[in-house]
Amino acid sequence: MRLSAARSALCPFEITVHSGPQAAREALTLLLDALSCLSLGAEEVCVVRLVVAEMLNNIVEHAYPDPHPPGPIHIACHHAPDGLHLAVSDEGLPMPDLQVPLGLPKEIDRPVCDLPEGGFGWFLIRDLAKDLTYRRLAQENRIDLRLPVGLPPR
Amino acid sequence: MEVSAKTEDRFCVVSVLHDRIDAAAALEFKDALRRAAAHAPPVVILDLHRVNFIDSSGLGAIVAAMKHLAPQRALVLAGLTPAVEKVFTLTRMDRVFGIFHTLDAALTAHRE
Repeated sequence: MRLSAARSALCPFEITVHSGPQAAREALTLLLDALSCLSLGAEEVCVVRLVVAEMLNNIVEHAYPDPHPPGPIHIACHHAPDGLHLAVSDEGLPMPDLQVPLGLPKEIDRPVCDLPEGGFGWFLIRDLAKDLTYRRLAQENRIDLRLPVGLPPR
Repeated sequence: MEVSAKTEDRFCVVSVLHDRIDAAAALEFKDALRRAAAHAPPVVILDLHRVNFIDSSGLGAIVAAMKHLAPQRALVLAGLTPAVEKVFTLTRMDRVFGIFHTLDAALTAHRE
């Protein structure tokens, strides 16, 4: 029980990075540093890295595409018994149709020359993240999600 | 993106010397691999044992490299770390590539 008490000792925090090619790397450095007190396992760190990298790459590419001016990306994070809750927001273009892509699995039973080279990002996010919701608030995109990591020992 | 290439009779080993192939590195990786494998024999073994993170852009770049080499040359993967293997498994792209756990296993299989 001491372990679970220690694990929930992560104070809620927020980080902000500027949209650009290095945004995902910068955010991950800050985020993983802040999460170090949770002593996440390698597999859990992998989940955090993948989801956050995909989320930020999508924002850089689609919310702040060239030649639109880049802008801030915020990640608010808090830890609860059911995992890590992230709120990722930006001030860029809204999602098409104000909806998060479905991220369906890609068709791979096809000749090499027809294999997909993209479109894996939302599939990975939807596969690894739970309770994902998207809202367009005034000039802001906001995605809330939960990562089932840092759970109390059973 | 630095890679090293070693060519034997029937195959060439391209080793990625960086620890990640992410969105920021994907284009460079694609270029580096194309250069390294330009005159490669029929099999190109991509040694990923130093890579501890790829995202969907990195995965896309590896798929693009395989498509670029085909149909004359096959791209096989070796030395996947757990985090890299996870991305291939989740996206089911592990069914598309020949994958060897270690570089040694890939070398042995292709020297026979």
